[in-house]
Amino acid sequence: MTKATAKAPWVVHVNCNSCNGCDIEFLACLTPMYDAERFGVLHIGTPKHADIMVVTGSVNNRNARVLRNLYEQMPSPKVVVAMGVCPATGGIFADGYNVIGGAEKVVPVDVFVPGCPPRPEAMLDGILEGAKILAGKRQNSVTVKPVRRIKIVRPAAPAADPAAAAAAPAPVKEEAK
Amino acid sequence: MSTIVPFGPQHPVLPEPIQLCLELEDERVVSVIPVVGYVHRGLEKIAEKKDFIQDTYLIERICGICSFMHSMSYCMGIEELMSIPVPPRALYLRVIWAELHRIHSHLLALGLLADAFGFENLFMQYWKSRERIMDAMECTTGGRVMLSSCCIGGVRRDIDENQKKFVLDQLKEVEKEVTSLNRTMMEDYSVKQRTVGIGVLSKEAAYAQGAVGPTARGSGLVMDHRMSGYAAYRELAIEPVVETAGDCYARTMVRCREVMQSIDLIRRAFAQLPDSELKTPFKGNPSGEAVIRCEQPRGEVLYYFRGNGTDKLERLRVRTPTFANIPAMLTMVQNCQLPDVGVIIISVDPCVSCTER
Repeated sequence: MTKATAKAPWVVHVNCNSCNGCDIEFLACLTPMYDAERFGVLHIGTPKHADIMVVTGSVNNRNARVLRNLYEQMPSPKVVVAMGVCPATGGIFADGYNVIGGAEKVVPVDVFVPGCPPRPEAMLDGILEGAKILAGKRQNSVTVKPVRRIKIVRPAAPAADPAAAAAAPAPVKEEAK
Repeated sequence: MSTIVPFGPQHPVLPEPIQLCLELEDERVVSVIPVVGYVHRGLEKIAEKKDFIQDTYLIERICGICSFMHSMSYCMGIEELMSIPVPPRALYLRVIWAELHRIHSHLLALGLLADAFGFENLFMQYWKSRERIMDAMECTTGGRVMLSSCCIGGVRRDIDENQKKFVLDQLKEVEKEVTSLNRTMMEDYSVKQRTVGIGVLSKEAAYAQGAVGPTARGSGLVMDHRMSGYAAYRELAIEPVVETAGDCYARTMVRCREVMQSIDLIRRAFAQLPDSELKTPFKGNPSGEAVIRCEQPRGEVLYYFRGNGTDKLERLRVRTPTFANIPAMLTMVQNCQLPDVGVIIISVDPCVSCTER
């Protein structure tokens, strides 16, 4: 980990299941009023260039794979910052029939910023806290926290033979990485 | 020989995840298939699990950009089901907050459009002006994004003289700043190169495909639901902003001019603000059916309510403006060049979390 990288963390923003409230507040962090760039924070479109991932919103069956995929594309060492209550617990949407829960069910989260939505100042604090953790991680270090595996329940493929369809168990549980 | 290129769900130009599968012939887009579901939260189902007063705060979180208008439409629906009269001052305060939300949403959309065609300075300037509106909302309600100031039967807070002065001062500054920024958006050569004649939607196509809001008004359809006079709009006489060209430039013009219109509306609403109670107390549970329509920054939203006399709604259906605009958006993208796809999509100002709820 070079000294420079922790002083200029590049951030990729992933919108999972958010209501846009946290997203527009995160974008407001980058604009002249709050100006995240004075801390060297640069918003970048691709995960391959990023050091910190900012997650907003809870995770559902559809986007769990997208989030996991984006996380794996980031070079190590990497830090995940969860913005708002939704990536922490599922928030107000936790009762949803397709909502798995917080982002921690899919990727290891280092910093939680509470609020619905958090103020831009709090978001900046969260990113800077993430940069400190980033500085402490060794290059090519393996993530310490274990990642819980999620189960995605998908309906079985329709069978050609109706008799076989009746005999087949209804949902097939599939292990998704 | 055509190629299919996925656009999204994670794309630098998109603030939200939506996937468009673009079928290309060289650089020309032949057809588009949208893939949705990344932001689906099952919100209509959650609304049936919570009671109808808690739903006010749940519905507000359909979308963070037009949160106040969602809660306002929801409260209007419940008020119609239960025949609750709303005090006149509350109606005016709702208009003031709704128009503040419209200004912030339009400035946000104009900024994102500038970012989409690579004019980052303009993006920053629009968002700088927008912060003044956020301050005005925070000063009057305590929240920057989720105002939570609308409740069934009226509003929760009043705007006093000091706050009124602060809001009007901020609007004066915003008007000055946005007038000069709009000049860049309207007259700059490089901006026009990216927007004029790109993504054309004819008036007939806009009508046939059910476009709403600035997308429809940019194509020459005179359609603004505020004209029907819900809340206090009846006393505030609305003149809809209409452009005829139907391209990205026309849609941008509609937004630029609507910001000015909203500033004017808020000033008139403050001037006419009547004195009355803020909230009508009510008892009982909603029963029966109601349909409510409301004009949001992106167009007309439609709410359907069915209550069965218990404290939980039996069904709540929301048809949001971006959902209505998706067929029109797909028409615009057809036959355009691949580098223009981002600009065309942002010029419709899609709100995916509204669409998928």
